[in-house]
Amino acid sequence: MQSQQVIEVENLTKMFGAFKAVDAITFNVKRGEIFGFLGANGAGKTTAMKMLIGISNPTSGKAKVAGFDVFTKAESIKKNIGYMSQKFALYDDLTVKENITFFGGIYGLTRAQIREKTTQMIADLALQEVAGQLVGSLPLGWKQKISFSVALLHSPKVVFLDEPTGGVDPITRRQFWEMIYKTANNGTTVFVTTHYMDEAEYCDRVSIMVDGKIEALDTPKKLKEQFGVKTMNDVFLKLARG
Amino acid sequence: MNRFRGFIKKEFYHIFRDRRSLFILFGMPIAQILLFGFAITNEINNVDIGVLDHAKDATTEEIINKISTSKYFSIKEFIEREADIEAAFQKGEIKAVLNFEKDFSRNLVKDHRATIQIITDATDPNTANTISNYTSSILRNYQQELNTDINMPFQVIPQFRMVYNPELKSVFMFVPGVMTIILMLVSAMMTSISITREKELGTMEVLLVSPLKPVLVIVGKVVPYIFLSVINAIVIVVLSIFVFKMPIQGSLLLLGVVSVLFIITSLSLGILISTVSATQQTAMMISLMGLMLPTILLSGFIFPISSMPMALQVISNIIPAKWFIVLLKGIMLKGVGMGCLWKETLILLGMALFFILVSIRKYKTRLE
Repeated sequence: MQSQQVIEVENLTKMFGAFKAVDAITFNVKRGEIFGFLGANGAGKTTAMKMLIGISNPTSGKAKVAGFDVFTKAESIKKNIGYMSQKFALYDDLTVKENITFFGGIYGLTRAQIREKTTQMIADLALQEVAGQLVGSLPLGWKQKISFSVALLHSPKVVFLDEPTGGVDPITRRQFWEMIYKTANNGTTVFVTTHYMDEAEYCDRVSIMVDGKIEALDTPKKLKEQFGVKTMNDVFLKLARG
Repeated sequence: MNRFRGFIKKEFYHIFRDRRSLFILFGMPIAQILLFGFAITNEINNVDIGVLDHAKDATTEEIINKISTSKYFSIKEFIEREADIEAAFQKGEIKAVLNFEKDFSRNLVKDHRATIQIITDATDPNTANTISNYTSSILRNYQQELNTDINMPFQVIPQFRMVYNPELKSVFMFVPGVMTIILMLVSAMMTSISITREKELGTMEVLLVSPLKPVLVIVGKVVPYIFLSVINAIVIVVLSIFVFKMPIQGSLLLLGVVSVLFIITSLSLGILISTVSATQQTAMMISLMGLMLPTILLSGFIFPISSMPMALQVISNIIPAKWFIVLLKGIMLKGVGMGCLWKETLILLGMALFFILVSIRKYKTRLE
């Protein structure tokens, strides 16, 4: 067993011309941890995340994901992470099963593995009735859960969730967070960005980005104490307004 | 390889589950080739004309007979007075009027000359032109018949022979053009739309985060369209052979090779478009305005390049379709081989390589 740190970031910086989108951020995330990555729009969280998932090259600094360097081993990182974008990117014109088969396939799962995972997922999410239906005909909440499960198909070490609960109702959000807890309990690290401050309370640790820098990083409880407020929302407001 | 197969399978699901793309892929080529083949034609057949015969003698009757028995014209009405000509045209029932002068036969015998005025409705200039050409050629023939017994001291007799398309069938000209347009449409527009669709839906991002190589993502999106374009090319060629009796003089293999070359050029243009457009709509607009219009107008498909202004002639050289049409006409109608067509083939090959390189570069910078 290597180090327990699944994500190690040191002074990671991304410049767009003269503009510092991400300004020397440093943090670590442990195995099985739920790490909340917060920040206002334009604070740089998406850019930071894109560097970690290997679709954007950092300008300087160091970063390792799942033990691989983002500068040199982006391909190995891709095999070991799962990713769910803001848009629950499944194919609407493919059935639930076809989506699972397709994404399992591009992650290099064998046919037998795909069959096994499909059966398991259909049972876990109670999808028996709709497995043969086009994803486009399903309600948003279902799509989102399926999308999350698809991101976990290849048993990644870390799963990156980019604002996974945008636009869904509170009940579905609740169910979704139960899935996140279950995933983390199984040892998968969850790296999640969100706008909802009540969701920040569910995370093990939270970082808050302001203007490309990480201004706060700790457990929700300690952050609230540190800023002398009752909710994460207040913490965020205090930071964001300077 | 297994990953790749799954990717292509998915691509076919997209295509076959979308009625719109199915229509563009299979309805359009057939509809276009039939439309161009049957409806749009430069030939004239059974054009209704009027006759104003001031002479009403044996010669005029003979000429009128000759004209009405030709398959090009049918005489719709006999007009009595000059003043009625205008009205007949305005009603739109006739396209031309033959106006024989008074004492036609007598003039011919006495002065050795008689006049027929041919008035055509030039609201459609092409038809008007064709009508005048056809009538004058019928009259020339008649004149020659009259002159056979007389020995003229000097005679210049033009002999016309139309090679490669002796019957001047317009469908022979349209088939290469339609094939070019369809392949351009399917290859460039459909691929650019299908790639931008993934961008718009956010699935492109998910694909790029996956271990699948970015180049494979693009190749996977393009391969199904190569396949479908080839099928389209085959459908068009088969239709033109069996429905329009178009002969394919040259080698079918060569035809296949240059078609694939053009398909690849168009596909790389499609990829290029997809790298610069964020939405399907933009991709469609760029394809239509940036590719289809120049392809139709500047490729020499409808308007001959040699009669364009110099500037447009120069521009036409950068249109891949221009070279493809030359190749198609060469192979289909003239039956020539690589010996005559190497220049066009090389140009097309150069364009294909250029666009592939540029689109790969563009695609990579976008990922940064």
